[in-house]
Amino acid sequence: MAGFGKFTHAVVRGIPTSLAKEALRTDQLDVVDLEKAQKEHEVYVDVLREKLGLQVIQLPADESLPDCVFVEDAAVVCGDTALITRPGAQSRRNETVAMKSALKEMDLNIVEMTDDNATLDGGDVLFTGLEFFVGLSKRTNQKGADILADAFKDYVVSTVPVLEGLHLKSFCSMGGPGLIIIGSSELAQKTLKIMQQMSDHRYDKLTVPDDIAANCIYMNLPDKGHVLLHCTPEEFPESSKAFEMLKDYILIPVSNMEKGKVDGALTCCSVLINKKAHV
Amino acid sequence: MTTEVGSETEVKEKAEETATQPDQPEKATEDNQEVANTENATAEGGEEEEVVVEEEEDKKEKDGKGISRFLPPWLKKQKSQGQVVANETSPTNKVISEATEEEEAPAPAPETNGHIEEVEEKEEVQSEEVKQKEAESTSNASADTQPATEEKVTESTAQSPGEAKSATEDVKEEEQQQKKNEVEGKSTEPAATGDGKGTADEGLSSIFQSPLRLVRRNKMKLVVCHVALLDGTDFPCEVEKRAKGQFLFFKVYEHLNLMERDYFGLTYKDSHEQRCWLDPTKDIKRQIRSNNWQFSFNVKFYPPDPSLLTEDITRYLLCLQLREDVASGRLPCSFVTHALLGSYTLQAEHGDYEPDQPQPLDYITQQSFAPNQNKEMEEKILELHKSHRGMNPAQADTQFLENAKKLSMYGVDLHRAKDSEGVDIMLGVCANGLLVYKDKLRINRFAWPKILKISYKRNNYYIKIRPGESEQFESTVGFKLPNHRSAKRLWKVCVENHSFFRLNSPEVPPKARFLTLGSKFRYSGRTQTQTRLASSLIDRPAPNFERTSSKRISRSLDGAPVINITEAGSENGHEPHLELHSDSKASVPTEVSAADNNSFPDTKEPGKTAQVEIEETHVIQEVSKETKPATVTVTVSPSPDAPEGVALQPEVREQEVVVVVEEASDTATRARQESVSSESESDEEAEYQPNLPSPISHTLIPEEKEEEVEEVEREEQGEQEKGVEPDPITKETAPHPIEASQSAQDVEERENGAEEEKGETDDSTEDPMMTPDEVPNGHALPEEEAPGMAAMAEEEEAKVNGESPMADSEPRPQVICCSEPPVVKTEMVTISDTFAAQKTHITTKEVPIVHTETKTITYEAAQLDNNGEGDPGVLMTAQTITSESLCTTTTTHITKTLKGGLSETRIEKRIVITGDSDIDHDQALAQAIKEAKEQHPDMSVTRVVVHKETELAEEDE
Repeated sequence: MAGFGKFTHAVVRGIPTSLAKEALRTDQLDVVDLEKAQKEHEVYVDVLREKLGLQVIQLPADESLPDCVFVEDAAVVCGDTALITRPGAQSRRNETVAMKSALKEMDLNIVEMTDDNATLDGGDVLFTGLEFFVGLSKRTNQKGADILADAFKDYVVSTVPVLEGLHLKSFCSMGGPGLIIIGSSELAQKTLKIMQQMSDHRYDKLTVPDDIAANCIYMNLPDKGHVLLHCTPEEFPESSKAFEMLKDYILIPVSNMEKGKVDGALTCCSVLINKKAHV
Repeated sequence: MTTEVGSETEVKEKAEETATQPDQPEKATEDNQEVANTENATAEGGEEEEVVVEEEEDKKEKDGKGISRFLPPWLKKQKSQGQVVANETSPTNKVISEATEEEEAPAPAPETNGHIEEVEEKEEVQSEEVKQKEAESTSNASADTQPATEEKVTESTAQSPGEAKSATEDVKEEEQQQKKNEVEGKSTEPAATGDGKGTADEGLSSIFQSPLRLVRRNKMKLVVCHVALLDGTDFPCEVEKRAKGQFLFFKVYEHLNLMERDYFGLTYKDSHEQRCWLDPTKDIKRQIRSNNWQFSFNVKFYPPDPSLLTEDITRYLLCLQLREDVASGRLPCSFVTHALLGSYTLQAEHGDYEPDQPQPLDYITQQSFAPNQNKEMEEKILELHKSHRGMNPAQADTQFLENAKKLSMYGVDLHRAKDSEGVDIMLGVCANGLLVYKDKLRINRFAWPKILKISYKRNNYYIKIRPGESEQFESTVGFKLPNHRSAKRLWKVCVENHSFFRLNSPEVPPKARFLTLGSKFRYSGRTQTQTRLASSLIDRPAPNFERTSSKRISRSLDGAPVINITEAGSENGHEPHLELHSDSKASVPTEVSAADNNSFPDTKEPGKTAQVEIEETHVIQEVSKETKPATVTVTVSPSPDAPEGVALQPEVREQEVVVVVEEASDTATRARQESVSSESESDEEAEYQPNLPSPISHTLIPEEKEEEVEEVEREEQGEQEKGVEPDPITKETAPHPIEASQSAQDVEERENGAEEEKGETDDSTEDPMMTPDEVPNGHALPEEEAPGMAAMAEEEEAKVNGESPMADSEPRPQVICCSEPPVVKTEMVTISDTFAAQKTHITTKEVPIVHTETKTITYEAAQLDNNGEGDPGVLMTAQTITSESLCTTTTTHITKTLKGGLSETRIEKRIVITGDSDIDHDQALAQAIKEAKEQHPDMSVTRVVVHKETELAEEDE
């Protein structure tokens, strides 16, 4: 737990032009402004690289993979083990290829999900530092979760149902050691309850009015301490205020307006790695 | 170890003899207990028996014979031999007379023979019918070990061979010969010497000794236990055969120089190769039930925070256990963790890494660190080992533990089970509660505070869940275990873990009952709180101990097959080869339909539906679910006049052997009391209510783990500042008896406050202080009471006997040992208030209809005169008592009728025998008759009904 949130590297991927038209999405309400989206993503990568000083590995976008920017779903990295997933959406399966080779180069232990019946999106995996919660969603099934549990044997892996929405992390994320940021929807609250019931540990919670705003990126970096990347006041004025309660945090609002239209959340756009996390 | 193992068996046999023949007062005292236990043993053995005993007595004669075997011997003395004779000569009673013959035979033997045991053995053989012998062997738990037994008991005194020759059977002679040889061969063994002395004595003097004395002598016999210690060594230890588990525990602790003992326990393998924890409060012999006195010393309760242990030696032993757990795969961990733990092990056992060492990999490869150890891992271990330079062994152990305790399966005791939908799951018992796993995934968790009641019934295991904030009702979640033994084992583990980790002091076990329904089992050791406190008082220089790894190597895999949540799961983490239905004839479709019938809610599959939250479950107070096909025992006693099992056909499945035994005797006794007694402690079900809210502050259970820790820390501080703040210490270290009495008070208070107990307690009229022991046994029933009063009277009478099986009126409501047999439907002729009250609780729900094939064989004795035909008499009272044990359901139907001025008590006993596996009917029948006879020496068998039902293989589904 002490090392929770410590990261040295981040893997990101460019936005293909196909994102605007072809990316999978739960609703078709707003048209994605590709240029804006790319700009947004640049800022995001910049924050990781410049502001936070992570080594960023940027994979090139692949036009045939409209969702490839959302790298989180392709791999789950914990310690020096990387589980290459088998994304639930057929169209996204090939996203793992580039991810796998990138992680291999980083000398991580690669575990692949070879079972044809297993599916798992990284967006359904919440690692709290003490244990994993895996949302069983449209994209992630029991078998996938089981393989994850096998890959990370040291940790308890509990499953929680995600009945609505895309991923488990569509309405929650870690806001620090022992702190879960959770949306205020009934679904989110109910899921939190299940997680609390399933866990041997106690978690504090920070409830934010908007579910998607609960998706933040927490890091604990040398010389910086607690860092939280969260939504901007423009997107979610109420929710962004809620983060002000976190004292001693470096709060960095990062816009996710365009990517959010295709269900991309903040955590979706990077895979964070702690290279020194050998022990 | 080999020396004296056997004689116990014979002692038991003798005990049985005595039991069946209470007319022999000399043998009484010890043996009666013995009998009880032997019967227990039988009950647990997985066979099934049904015995119906009918007795009629002239009530005016209150000889008390019926209950005599529960009386101390001096009270028994007046018993007349006449009754036995009467029985014997009774023309209609073949079975009984045979039996009596058998009983009679051994009795004179002791007086004329030097070597009683053997003579008895022989006499028995001579007089026994084959059938009887079969019964004998079934009834005797250790029957299968008899050959060994015989070999060992014999001493090479001059007398025994001589006797052997006097015996008529050649076989016996041969055996005898064998024995002699064996004994000679073994004479060098340690225990043999002491023994030989004793028996030589015996040989000379036993002519003049009563059997009782002999029994005593036998009790002194020693046996060598072998305890496999965590470092892989074997610790041989002599114990008396009759020693309690405690004794062995102390021997081991002493040997290990261990003071923080409560985290540890001893395991043995039961007859089904399952690992069980040795109960310190019970006789070892009774628990192991074999001649295999092999144990292993293991961690029983894994401390959640090993750094709070006081002594290094304790941590060292915990490390050893964990190393084994890790190496065997029982405690799964990642590559890195394997390497890290291995490196700490090296540091602790070998000290600093020495670069000069020529082949550093050599000693690593010899040591087992992981189930899938490879070169890469060993290199990693070495690499990490280098980084621990300067760390002393204790520090290395501490580091080891700090890493091990975080592992996901640390301290989780896994048990294979199925959920209500028949899906394979694993139930994990740990410090915090009960965990449910599917494959490697945790799919549910029930923290101790959420659990109101833990119970099992046959192979069903239930937990009652505290309602969530938004719910009104408690819910019950049920799981299916492979068999009743595993259900009981799980239940016990839960009771113990809950007590150890959640309570401040252990609960007082429910009072011993004369008629037990359900296990009385409670955790008897110290709780974690107590043990932490106690160990904070340890004041001794750190003991020296040798850390050794070499010895362990050979061990790492033998006693501990790999268990993996997915791969096999295990009971107690030791038994990976459980076949879920290995011993039941379960037909899956039936099970499913049963589950459907009962609309058992799906509460364990958070992944599947919105019902994930346990709070959404329906209340299932009485789950009358039929799960194990082999053990459905719905027994209806329609009326005292028609007790045949035939009436039960629709409900009773599997095989049933009904023996109706009826007695008509002029010297009739109040056998009614006796017949109520089913001696066998029920193993089929038990309940445990962990968390009744207690008004007493000192039992308040800290809700939060953190608080608990703080509390302990505070206590420890207090300890350091001795004198400054003596309060917490003195209070907490109060000797157990005081605590016990306090909690007993608690219990009483709780009873008053506990609303949920309504249905289960039928309190009221009874003096709560009245215990079975205090009530005179000979207490006369007001026989002439009007029927209206009878109910009361009966209740009272039941208590006189020590037990009213349904009367949960003991002032200990949170510990309910006998209750709600879910599948027992009884019909009562007269309504007794208490039972009515009970019934609200018992009311059996839909009895699943099972297609069966039925075969009924009835034997009726000619003498059924007073049964049904003619003047039925005036019914005064009727009472039905049902008790369940491991594999028997005993329904005792007692009716009193007034016939021509003569009151008559008639007792029918129906015992439904069920079991996991095929039963040998003849054997079961013989056994049933024998048991009935034991309990009712003066009964007569009037009817034997063998009623067999087999599930049709093809069902409509």
